[in-house]
Amino acid sequence: MRNLADARGIAALVSGLVFGLGLSVSGMLDPTRVRGFLDIAGAWDPSLAFVLAGAIAVSALGTRLAKRMSAPMFDDQFHLPQGRLIDRRLIAGSAIFGIGWGIGGFCPGPALASLTLGLPATVWFVVAMLAGMTVHDRFMKPST
Amino acid sequence: MTGYLISLSGGLLIGLSAAILMLANGRVAGVSGIAGRLLQGRQSSAGLAFFTGLLLGPVCYRVLAGSWPVVTIQATTPLLIVAGLLVGFGSRMGSGCTSGHGVVGLARLSPRSLVAVATFLTTAVLTVFLMGAFS
Repeated sequence: MRNLADARGIAALVSGLVFGLGLSVSGMLDPTRVRGFLDIAGAWDPSLAFVLAGAIAVSALGTRLAKRMSAPMFDDQFHLPQGRLIDRRLIAGSAIFGIGWGIGGFCPGPALASLTLGLPATVWFVVAMLAGMTVHDRFMKPST
Repeated sequence: MTGYLISLSGGLLIGLSAAILMLANGRVAGVSGIAGRLLQGRQSSAGLAFFTGLLLGPVCYRVLAGSWPVVTIQATTPLLIVAGLLVGFGSRMGSGCTSGHGVVGLARLSPRSLVAVATFLTTAVLTVFLMGAFS
């Protein structure tokens, strides 16, 4: 390990890999299943609630451990969002995101991970998503 | 029952991924945030490493499970493009998506993330309901 930046890169690679594997195992990669989870008035498939529950449980454990550390392992400080303001941007942005999620059944993580499978439809979605992000960050106030 | 256990174990892995990024690098594993910063040319090397790993995840699954994960897409291409634009724009405007607000924000008991998740779950459920009602 030459320096901390290398260590951060490797940690990020491992984190991404475990994330992509978890998405693959969980069924989140499949937009049809995601839409089945969102279809609470129809043929509701509750299994993805277990994905969120498992993910939050382990993530909360990580958060508790992090609170006991003065700094993360490979950096001199934590880089966590400090904002507490619940404003129109948060609500409108989340509402817009949810509409897109409902239409396609894809959110950013699964869409990017499933690029590996080489389906043209996923490529269209991801290109549009990156365009949507760029439009926001160019023409609206960029968020961190 | 096995279906739920498989979903749960996938969720545990997703949580582990978030815990690794938090404890090692002190960062939120939020996909839209990492993607947005990359598009703006900020925080490039660790972000690129994260996405490389994300793309390798399904390959790792293929090796372990012997088959590719199932991805079935019902939406037409024009609808998917609209969905992608909304997901990209909305996740940046709302400062997060399912991973950043859902997995990390809820675990941190962030009031902003609670509001974000409640909002996007509501509009997503309504969207699926309305699309079913009018198709």
